Parts: sequence; structure tokens; C-alpha cells
Amino acid sequence: MTSQKNGMKINGTFTDIQPRPGQCLRTFLRERGNLGVKKGCDGGDCGACTVHVDGKPVHSCIYPAVRAEGRQVTTVEGLAGPDGLHPMQEQFLAAQGFQCGFCTAGMLMTAATFNSEQKENLPRNLKGNLCRCTGYRAIEDAVCGVSHVSTTGQQAGDNVGAPAGLAVVTGTARFTLDVPAAEFPGLLHLKILRAPHAHARILSVDAAEALAVPGVQAVFTHEDAPAQLFSTAQHEGYLDDPDDTRVLDDVVRFIGQRVAAVVADTVGAAEEGVRRLRVHYQVLPAVFDPEAAMKAGAPVIHGEKEPLQTRISRPQNNVVAELHSHLGDVQAGLAAADFVYENTYRTQRVQHAALETHASIAYFDDAGRLVLRTSTQVPFLVRRALCRVFDLPAEKVRVVCERVGGGFGGKQEMLTEDIVALAALKLQRPVQLEYTREEQFTAATTRHPFRIKVRAGARSDGTLTALAFDVVTNTGAYGNHAPGVMFHGCGESIAIYRCGNKRVDAHAVYTNTVPAGAFRGYGLSQMIFAVESTMDELAVGIGMDPMEFRRRNIIAKGDVMLSTQPEPEEDVILHPDSYGLDQCISLAAEALARGRDRERAAGVDDPGPQWLVGEGSAVSMIDTVPPRGHFAHSTVALLPDGRYQASVGTAEFGNGTTTVHAQLVATALGTTADRVRIVQSDTDVVEHDSGAFGSTGTVVAGKASLAAAEELARMLLKFAAVSSSADVSDCRLDASTVICAGVRIPLVELHRQAETAGTPLVAQGQWGGSPRSVAFNVHGFRVAVHSGTGELRIMQSVQAADAGVVVNPMQCRGQVEGGIAQALGAVLYENVVVGADGAVETKILRQYHLPTFADVPRSEVYFAKTTDELGPLGAKSMSESPFNPVAPALANAIRNATGVRFSELPLARDRIYLGLRDAGLPEAGSAQQVQRGGSIHVRSVGQVAAVD
Amino acid sequence: MDMNTIESTIRTTDPGCWRPGDAWLAGGTVLFSYGSSVLRRLLDIGAAGWTPITVSEGGIELAATCTVAELYALPERAETPAQTDSPAQPDLPPQPNLLAQPNLLAQWPALALIRLCCDSFVASFKIWNMSTVGGNLCTALPAGPMTSLTAALDGIATVWTVDGGTRAVAVEDLVIGDGTTSLAPGELLRSITVPAEALRSRTAFRRLSLSNLGRSGVLLIGRRDEDGAFVLTVTASTKRPVKLRFAPSSTVPADDGGVPTAAHLRAALDAAIPEELYHDDIHGLPAWRRDMTYRLAEEIRAELVTDSSSTTGA
Repeated sequence: MTSQKNGMKINGTFTDIQPRPGQCLRTFLRERGNLGVKKGCDGGDCGACTVHVDGKPVHSCIYPAVRAEGRQVTTVEGLAGPDGLHPMQEQFLAAQGFQCGFCTAGMLMTAATFNSEQKENLPRNLKGNLCRCTGYRAIEDAVCGVSHVSTTGQQAGDNVGAPAGLAVVTGTARFTLDVPAAEFPGLLHLKILRAPHAHARILSVDAAEALAVPGVQAVFTHEDAPAQLFSTAQHEGYLDDPDDTRVLDDVVRFIGQRVAAVVADTVGAAEEGVRRLRVHYQVLPAVFDPEAAMKAGAPVIHGEKEPLQTRISRPQNNVVAELHSHLGDVQAGLAAADFVYENTYRTQRVQHAALETHASIAYFDDAGRLVLRTSTQVPFLVRRALCRVFDLPAEKVRVVCERVGGGFGGKQEMLTEDIVALAALKLQRPVQLEYTREEQFTAATTRHPFRIKVRAGARSDGTLTALAFDVVTNTGAYGNHAPGVMFHGCGESIAIYRCGNKRVDAHAVYTNTVPAGAFRGYGLSQMIFAVESTMDELAVGIGMDPMEFRRRNIIAKGDVMLSTQPEPEEDVILHPDSYGLDQCISLAAEALARGRDRERAAGVDDPGPQWLVGEGSAVSMIDTVPPRGHFAHSTVALLPDGRYQASVGTAEFGNGTTTVHAQLVATALGTTADRVRIVQSDTDVVEHDSGAFGSTGTVVAGKASLAAAEELARMLLKFAAVSSSADVSDCRLDASTVICAGVRIPLVELHRQAETAGTPLVAQGQWGGSPRSVAFNVHGFRVAVHSGTGELRIMQSVQAADAGVVVNPMQCRGQVEGGIAQALGAVLYENVVVGADGAVETKILRQYHLPTFADVPRSEVYFAKTTDELGPLGAKSMSESPFNPVAPALANAIRNATGVRFSELPLARDRIYLGLRDAGLPEAGSAQQVQRGGSIHVRSVGQVAAVD
Repeated sequence: MDMNTIESTIRTTDPGCWRPGDAWLAGGTVLFSYGSSVLRRLLDIGAAGWTPITVSEGGIELAATCTVAELYALPERAETPAQTDSPAQPDLPPQPNLLAQPNLLAQWPALALIRLCCDSFVASFKIWNMSTVGGNLCTALPAGPMTSLTAALDGIATVWTVDGGTRAVAVEDLVIGDGTTSLAPGELLRSITVPAEALRSRTAFRRLSLSNLGRSGVLLIGRRDEDGAFVLTVTASTKRPVKLRFAPSSTVPADDGGVPTAAHLRAALDAAIPEELYHDDIHGLPAWRRDMTYRLAEEIRAELVTDSSSTTGA
């Protein structure tokens, strides 16, 4: 410990700048330029801000900065020594122990302090570090020194490391707010006053006291906001979502909605300004339950809006969107069934909890253009939306993001950009807004809660005779993604089953609660929970093995896929070589059987008294691309140094598409991925890109990059052939050269010649996202459930994925593992609780348990051997879909173990225990009375009991 | 997180300095975690220099500023007093008073509760480097592991009052509700003293959480004292600590000295914990907490009714 007075050493450099009295060490370090110190939660829960103080790891967000006086502080920037990277940094690179990389600095700084004893108990010692992307397997491998990155292969099919890897492990990868303040002279900070009422009209806002706060520059209210209605949801066409939102509205429709914005020189002054605003509200009646909201006489939330203009189905009934379809004859199908199953399934609100909160900076470039630097999955769509709302031409707005700290669909919304743009346009100064973790929970978006009533029938021979669903989704106060989530949810989940009689009635409904939005799976996970639980019950009801029952009813090669329309989607094409569902089912079943045998051989198959063991599985299907077009443009150019640059629109937020693009381009150009530089997610670099959602980073944007690279390869060969007077058929690309009739011409030389000749060696590629294919996932669990406490142990977790040709197996495995982990959180614990007054009660990560290292079991991941002729080099999408089969697979395993059907999420230990207790499950010592395979009668736990 | 309303941080331990808008700052892990928009000053007791752990024949005194990391290291010192810290443990300042008392520590089997309780923190070992025993008590969460530990061991808190006086209060009377203590505004928790009698007892520990290594939903500690008394302390499942004491001379029929029968233990729980005292938050439904309280209480009773002398935990 140093004894320097009035100062501290940061990474060896003394500073005598005094922290503010209430400042935490995290912001003090960031203000000194240590931007590798991240804010994930700002409350001591996630560990992303971990630094060393006198060698001890601490969470700098809850460390009083004044306490660091006289001490030595080390941040990730100071971890590497004079001889190069710290071994833990090397290990995180070799194992690729990250996806988005936002948690990585904290992980490294924690793990770098571990001795061998601590490494043996990572569940305990890493429980203070949350990762939302990986599912922790890759992190465990990194900490333990397991290497995965290919040291030789650098093309498609190889385990190429992420191009940003070195920057991520050294803390120099720039996320949205990781920019020195000096880059934005005069930067102002914006804070938002949020509604205390679930439904109220704003009668007046008195800003006098706020404006008197030193440093406060301006206050903006609905009177300053454009009248243009829009949706925070971003799609290729804005007509997909209802226009029901204003930048600042004179009516607030949920607790947490924007009321006014205060812009000030500092965050502290803006906060004080917010506290001093005086607002008069006329409180209006509110409704929180979607079924109550549809009833006559319920408070009307968007009643003043005109349905056709705003595309709200029935504003007076709070119905944003609805779907009514009937294929065949469900009544006849039920009548023909030997077993009919009815139940009601419910899924809860879940938050994305990306570690990087929503944030953006609006500023002006030298040409006077408005520039948004933001954390988004959809920079091009945000530009369109800003232009529409503020009536600006596209050439006057640029939207750019660098690395994004996790998305999961939450950043397919415009939640911060519009308000900072408004402030910047009014003040003509740069303005920044950074959401707090509390704002993420109370004022961003969630997954849509679904209520799904099911009626289904089957014949004893295993024929599915009828499937009927009555679905109500709760979109909250605004309809962003409400139609899309509802329609998509009722699509592939149902189309995967061949059944002549299908009926769907679905409503997406407004309530005075925090809005729901896009979230990994986009409605499918909710519906698949109900559909796959139902298939299990039908199988039990007719006495058939559930997977055998599925095998008899799933679509096969050549079958049409129907859900709610009499004709199949015309642009969804499943070629026989791309059909992998049968393989996935076999891979998962075989893996579970091997696990069973392993446990038996090891003598660990019986966990003891009161533990009930069971297995369950579920299947899922997803279209590889969203409907109605998804566009990508790419440009690939030969650089003067003989390397390539690919300019792409799609963003990197841990999805790994940057790596995949480099591999695809390298493969087409006969070179290696490390010779391809990717420039991305900037409206200046390509013409247009619909964005990274709907699992499109590889299958749409990658296809555009591959096309551009292939075109450039042809240009290069032709140019080289002319240059060397060889026949083009005698020329081939080889790493940094073109070999023409046996003679190597360096690419550097070709570039020089092309420049001289005035022939730019640049090629364009594009893809419109249609036609599309489908991808499959099958998940299987073996679980043990303790009937006395409700404790659930996952003994085995397996997932088989049909990803087509896997471009990067290491990364694709990571996507699957991360999807499983996120789904397990949603199945087991996560729940955004809305209280009786409509306020979100779970506002910090300690109240919203994200899966920790200790919670996530290792999953076995298998890939089907398929190839898709629509995807780049045969690849299919694989980022959303691994989430989808997890919840029903787990519920089915619990059903198999206990005989009790749980139809409501989450399946936390308290709910499991109470469900078993209320179903009369025998207590201690009588576990053997419950037989495997569900041969006892069905007992259902949920708000509506099973009828059979 | 930054607390931008804070105008000054003052190093003091004098409750007379306190005024509205002040908060005592110990480790800071709670204050800086929740933040505040009303506080104006932090009264920093971190530099008070209080000896973290004082061991005497009468028991152990834990300063309010004793960090969880320092407490966690105590049993190891008891086992191997002559050795230096193992590399697994955080660096600690030398504590001569402690090292001089190895024999006393070895006589206190209840010290085994210390690590079980520390490991019940949802916060990781990193937080333990800053967070304090006193801070955990004053936060008064139902699942506060330091509340569980010190309440179970008959801990007595020493409180400095604003008029310069001192008062003593039992831990179960200090933590009186979810996030509520009996401290008057400005009062400062100075230390917690755990008596040797309790430390000499045989103990049993049970805990359940909705997630692996997660926040406690139910945490029960049983004690069998040398005189045969049975003491059960219920925390986490109830809004405040609930203590059931069965004295050896009790008129309650007992099947082994002071240990009640299963039926009497259930009846005592019925009487001590009304429905509304079971805690209701995201970490466990009240009905589950209630049933688990009875289940774990019976497990503890069954364990301590035997003559075995080891402390076990789950």
C-alpha cells in the first residue's frame, strides 16, 4: 500500500484529482480514461466493473472513490505486463471466453486473482460476475486454460477467433459510451422524469425550479416534441407496427413513461433538475390485465387514435392486433380423437438484461449532419425512424454503433435515440443519455407475456386430430412488436405439426404496464411452451412415448407447413437436403440414452430419497429470415496492402457475425479471415441494412458479403488474367497472391496496377432475405426433483441444432449454449414483477436473478448434418432458436419425473414444491409410488386445471 | 453508483455530528448499490480504526466495521493460529489479540457457523472485501446472513446514541422488520458481542434458496447449549429473526433434555410465526417459506437431539 497523500495510483500513474464526495470508483476511473471499466448494473451485482485495489478484486461501482485514496488501483488496461498479455487474457482469447465482451474485463480481473484452489470452485468464486451471452461454458474453459481457437484454418468451417478478441481482452474494444469526453466538446447529459402514474394526462409542467439549477440547460416536454406518431419497434417497413408513440406525449400510459427531459452540463445537475420539475396530472383509470382490458367498460388506453391511420386493430377495445384462422374442422377433429387435452398456459415478463444498458450520444459532424452514436441492433432503421419523426432527409442523419454490449432483441427498438436527437437538434450541442439498470427494468421493454388456452386431440394410433389455441398477449402500454410477436408466435410453433384441423384466435392487447417488445424467439418461445407441453400430454393420454408421438406428426421432407393460412408461406422453402428435424430428434434422444447409461454405470442414477427423476424433450422450428423482406448490402474491396476490407451494415453484439463475415469473404477470396478487415454498422458504409434481428446476421448479411466477395474474386481473376496475359481459367487466388499460369502476382501489385488503370477492385453484394428456409432445434433434459423442497437438479441437458453448414462451430456452439442459459433463466427464475399499482417491482439485478455460473449446467450440443441451398455456403440461422425448446423440455421432464404438469412460468423451486404439494404428491419415503413415464393421472398446476 | 446529492464525506464516529440527510458509511456496498437522491452527507466510520475482531474469555466482539472477509478468516485462525494466511484468503492486517487466544477459539464449535453464514451471502467474495458485519445488520434484510449468525448466537449489539451514551440491544431486537431496525435516527452500531456460552454450543445449520448459491429464502440455525437448552433461530423466511428457546428446565415436555418433541416444535413455530410474518418477495413465496421453515426446523431438531458433537450444514 502506498502512503501517497491526497491521491491514488491508477495503473501505476499517480493522480491527485479528488473524487466527488458521493462518487463511486467506477465513474472516477472512467473519467480518468479507463473505459475498460464497465457499468453493467451499477449496484455491485454483475461484476463488469471489477478492478483491483491494492491487489484485491472489488466492484468499483460500489467502492467509494474517496476510499481509494493512498491506494493502488489496477484496471483491465493495466493487467497486461511489460512482457505482454496476462496469462488470463491469453486464455480468454484462446478459449474465446466471451461473446459481446461487455463482461469480459470484469471476468478477467476477477479470475486473474484466482489461485488453484479458487479455480476448483468456480460456481462460488465467479458468482459475482454475470455473463448474459455465453452460458459460462466458454468462460470456464478460459479460466481453466482450455483452448478452442483454430491456429491454422481461417476459412468457413474453422474455429476462427473473433477479430475484436484482442481489443475485448485488453478492455480497448469501444462500446457505445467508451469514448473520451474530449471527442465531444460541450457534451450535455440528459435525464428523464418518469411517470408516477399508470395512466394520466399531463396538465402542466412547471420547469422554473429545474431551470434554476446550476448547470441545467434546458427542459423538454410534450410541447417541444414533434406531433408525428411512430413505434419504438424497428422493422424494414414501419407499417409492421402501430404508430402509437410520441417522443414526449401529453398522456402517460405506464409508470415509467417519459414525462420530461432535463439536459444539463453534468449527470448530477440533470438529476437535480428532474427532481425539481413540478408536474400536475389528471389521473386516469388504468388496467393491468389484458383479458380485463378487452372487456367492455375497461379503461381505453389509445382511444383517441384512428385505427386505419395508426394501424391499431380496435383501439376502443385495447386490441392492437388480432388473428382468427381456422383450417379444416377443429370440432370434427376433437370429436374424432380418443383423447382430448385442454389447459391454459401462461408465460411471464422477462427482461433482456443485456449488460450494456441502452445509451446514445447525439452530436453534429463537421458538415453539420446529426450523428447518433448508439447501442442498437438496427442503425439503418433508426436513421429512417429519426428522419420520419423529425422530418429530416436521410443525408442529414448518420447512425453508427461500434461494439454493442448484448442485444437479444431489446435493441431492435428506438428507446434513447429520439430523445437525445430532439435535445441535440434544439440545443445544437452534443447530448448523451445513458439508461440506468433501473430504467432498463422499468422503462425499456420485456418479452410479451402470453396466456394460451389449448384444446387438442389425438387418436390412439398416434394421429394428431386437432389443435386449437386462444392466445392473449400483453403488449403493455405500447404496441411495439405486438403484431409481429403475436403472428410469429403462432406461426412455426404450429406449422411444425401436420394436422388437418387447426384453429387460432389471438389478440395482442394494451395494458397500462411497461411495454413488451422484441426478444429472442419473438413469440415462438411462449407458444412453443404451450404446444410442446400439449404434445407431451397428448402422448401420455394415449399411452405413447412423447417423442414417438411427435415423430408421427411432425412435418417430413416435402410436407407443406401450415399454421394460420390455408396456403404455405410462398417464400419459405425447405429443400430436402436442408431438413434436419429427424436428425435432431435422434441426436437428442441418443445423447439422453448415453447419459442415462453413463449415470447407471457410475452408480449415480438414483439421487436418493424424495428425489424423483424424469426426462423430457421438445422440438422447435424457426424461419431463417423474418417475413416481408430483410435487406443487406455489402462492399468488399482490395486494399493497397493486399488485404481486403468488407463493409457491412450488420452490427456486432456478441452474435459473432463479424467473424462469420470475415470467414465467408476469406473463403470466396481464397485467403484467410485474418486478412479481411470488417467495417460495420454505420449508415455511411453501405447503402442499407435491415439490421441484426431475426437471426439474419449470417443468412442475410453474410449472404450479401459472400456475394460481394465472390464478385470481387471474379474481378480479380479477370484483371490478373489480363495483366499477365494468361487465360482466366489458369488463374486462381491464393492468400495474398493470384497465381496466373504458375506465376504469382502479389495482390499489392494488382492493386497498384488497378489504381493506375483507374479500375477500382471493389465489388458490391446484396440480398433481400427471400426466399427463406427453416431451422430446427431439439432439447432434452433429465432432471431430478425433490418433492420435499421443490429443488430441481438438471442431471443432463442436450440440444441438437439444425444450423445447416456450420461456418464457425466454436461460435455456433456458443450461440446455442448462450440461448439455453438465457432460456433457463426465463424458465427457472426470471420474472419482471408488476405490482397491483402497475409499477415494476423488480428493479435491480438482486431482485431479478440472472443465471450465474452456479446455475447453468453444461449442455451437450450436437449439429445435424444438413446443407441449405439458400444460406451462404449452406448455413442456416442459429441465434434465436436455441432458446425456444428449453422451457417445454424442462416442464416435460418435470412432468415425467413427478406426474404433475406445470403450465405457468417460471418453474422456480417454491412453485414446484407448492405445485407438487397441492397435487397431493406423497411426501418423504413414498417417492417410489410415483412411477416414471407419467402413468399416474394428470395433475395440472396452473390457474386452470386440466380437463381430460 | 454515484450519489450526486452527496455534498461531503466526513470521517467521524460521533453520533452527535449526525443531522438529517446524513448516513453512516461503513463498507459502502449497500449505500452505493441502492444510491440515494436525498442524502447530503456521508459520515465515514471506515477509518475509525476499530479492532475488527476481539476475542476474550467472555466471547467475541465484532466491530461494526469488521469486513465479511475478516470474519470469514476467523475460523481458519482458530484452527491454525500459528500460520500465516493461506493464499486463498484476502490479505488481513495482523490481529495479535486473536492469535494470542487459539485455545479459546478451539473450544468454540459454533464458530463453524461463520463460514456457513458468510457463504450464504448472495454477494461474492469480492464484495466481502468491503462489506461489513454492521452494515449487513443495519440493512436489516430478512436474508441478511450476519443477522442470522449473530441472532443465532445470542449476539448483543452495542449502540452509540446521539446524546453520547451507549445502549445494548439483542440482535433480534435490533433487526425488527424487512429493512427496519430499532436504531433511532443518528444512532451508530458500534459492535456486536457474541457470548462464549453460545459459542460453546453444538449447532446445526440449514438453508434453502431458489437458485444455486442464491439469496436465502429460508435460513435456520439450531443450537444445543452445554446446559441442554435448545435454541432455534429462524431467519430469511420471516420478515425479522424469530428465536425459539427451549430451556432445559422448561415445563414443555421434551424427549431429550431441552429438545422439544416434533409436535411441540411445530406448536411453538405456530405460536411464534403468524402467517403475515413470513416474508414475501421474489426470493420465495410465503407458503413455500413457511413449509420449509417447518421442514428444516424438524431436521435441525432431529440432528441436535442426538449426542453427536459435530456441526453440519446444508
